[in-house]
Amino acid sequence: MSQLLEAIDLVKRFPVRVKGRKKLLHAVDGLNFHIDAGETVGLVGESGCGKSTLVRLLTRTLDITDGHVRFRGQGIGLIAARAMADHPLRREIQMVFQDPTDSLNPRYTARQTIAEAVCLLTDTRGTAAIDSAVEEAAAHVGLPPELLDRYPHQLSGGQKARVGIARAIVVKPRLLVLDEPTAALDVSVQAVILQLLDRLKREMNMSFLFVSHDLNVVRLLCDRVMVMYLGQIVETGPAREVFARPLHPYTRALIASLPGGHGNDADLLVGGDPQSPIDPDAHRCRLFGRCPRGAERCETQFPPLREISRGRSAACHFVAPTEGDVYVDAALALHQIDVDPARRATVATEFERLASMATLVQAVPLPDDSLPAPQYRP
Amino acid sequence: MNPLLSVENLSLEFRTRSGIVRALENVSLQLPEGGSLGLVGESGSGKSVLSFAVLGIQDAAAKITGGAIRFAGNDLLADGGSAMKNMRGRELAMIFQNPRVALNPIRQVGQQIEDVLLRHTALRGAAARARAIECLSDVRIPDPERRYTAYPFELSGGMCQRVMIAIALACKPRLLIADEPTTGLDVTTQAAIMRLIRDLGREKGMATLLITHDLGLARDFCDNIAVMHAGHIVEVGATETLFRVPAHPYTAQLVRATPVGQERLEALASIPGNLPDLRRSDLPPCRFSERCELRSATCATPLPTLTASAGHVVACHHPQARTSS
Repeated sequence: MSQLLEAIDLVKRFPVRVKGRKKLLHAVDGLNFHIDAGETVGLVGESGCGKSTLVRLLTRTLDITDGHVRFRGQGIGLIAARAMADHPLRREIQMVFQDPTDSLNPRYTARQTIAEAVCLLTDTRGTAAIDSAVEEAAAHVGLPPELLDRYPHQLSGGQKARVGIARAIVVKPRLLVLDEPTAALDVSVQAVILQLLDRLKREMNMSFLFVSHDLNVVRLLCDRVMVMYLGQIVETGPAREVFARPLHPYTRALIASLPGGHGNDADLLVGGDPQSPIDPDAHRCRLFGRCPRGAERCETQFPPLREISRGRSAACHFVAPTEGDVYVDAALALHQIDVDPARRATVATEFERLASMATLVQAVPLPDDSLPAPQYRP
Repeated sequence: MNPLLSVENLSLEFRTRSGIVRALENVSLQLPEGGSLGLVGESGSGKSVLSFAVLGIQDAAAKITGGAIRFAGNDLLADGGSAMKNMRGRELAMIFQNPRVALNPIRQVGQQIEDVLLRHTALRGAAARARAIECLSDVRIPDPERRYTAYPFELSGGMCQRVMIAIALACKPRLLIADEPTTGLDVTTQAAIMRLIRDLGREKGMATLLITHDLGLARDFCDNIAVMHAGHIVEVGATETLFRVPAHPYTAQLVRATPVGQERLEALASIPGNLPDLRRSDLPPCRFSERCELRSATCATPLPTLTASAGHVVACHHPQARTSS
């Protein structure tokens, strides 16, 4: 797959004054990640962790302090936020906002809202052509044509969410950024909208950046997930795998906090509020003080994000690959094959089980050019 | 044993310019001393209206047209609500949905706790202040002496919610009504607040009525769950029973629409249609029937109240069989 969007050492700092002294708020602090074409990436974290700042940096509505953003191989980090409105790129990156009621113009009908995007961002001209584009988008999101001439107050929450999605996809963007699109909806409606998004991503071959605090939803919709804490990515990996076997203590806490009895209480965060993002100590782990595992080392030595096993990274001193992980990675490298990320955890567990049953007589040595096949005793 | 709170066949209407909204109809529920009941349903189903009615703080346009609300044996509606004035805040307390809106923005949080103490207890001056600080430390707010003088805007959302809980618990109520206490909070904070409510409830032997649209949350924290739809209670049962063998088609669909524990997105069910307009004069006896897959001619006849098993009641002509176990 080709990379659609890439962020390199992305930084955003806001100047603030604390008791008259100039300081810097580190909202986004050196992020490196990419989104492939056709991929759905989930972005998870608490409020105040920098999710929204990151979204605004990627959609180029906020100027970048440092670092690079590449879109289809082209650097876009230097486009000024003010110039974005007239930039051809605006058509390629579209957003769906959190609250469908607040993000629709109350004096525009659904048709006018969707048509405005067509008029401003595409070359389509003429009433008939615009109408057919609007109706095509409406059909795509399952909005009945008779609702197109209604105003937002005449639509239900789910219908307004569909208008918001239709407005974004009518210009056929390559990247759709969704900022908590289901947070304001009832569960009964949420299910339909999630299924709609799942269908759209397959039909239209768009990439999604799905921002949410609901890991349950991210797990079902996304291919990959990035967990953010205080301006930094603390864990990434295939969504189902991260959910089934979280590595970073913060991810574990997020999962243990979910209603419905996942994880266990020992993983919950201790202590109260997070550290201040204003001039944070560069040598201290950001989770220090709230982390149930916190040790002395965490206060003096900052844990960078590092790869734990293929496709999975975490920023914690105490996360290490399991024996199973090592075997799987070695086997994959040897045979030059890939394994379905959803099944990887099962495979790794199975390896561990076999190893612990001591049926594996000759341990597979760590990656090396001459790996022997595992020998099993009958 | 007599229940602590008992709502019996309560009906409530809103008189509005566009017609009469029948917001609650024949609603009954019981909550034992020290127990916990979850009230779940979509927005607009009448959960908050019911809890406001229990506290006697419903909107001026609301009129209770029938039924009774009993608290520890006393009829709360009997004398036009004057008995309620002394009980509200002392025996029954409530945590509201949005702590930032519910707290007074221009009073220090400690003083807001003291207000309750001055109204309901004999504590005055330094003693009241000391008790207010004790309340802050009860809800595990670090450094309570310093936080006493904080204004709501200086505290995070989670801290504001703790202050609200402190206000509610200041007089050691016997019943706590929590109306969506964690909406708008992060999952990590939500977990901390819900555990706090549960632990304090156990410590003080307080009954809790939790109003939420999150079935997963109700499942984690309540002994029993009552499901509301369009002003009716459609099913009441023990939490595990309700999740394992939901009898009402609406409950079954709600359970299947919740992403908790689902393995695939396709497995999520959606509930077709919307809540019916409660101003209609031709509302069917079963207000869910127009959205229901199992609808038949009998649904136009008055609703039965069936007992599916001990303590498990359902208002439906076609309760679902024990399909899953």
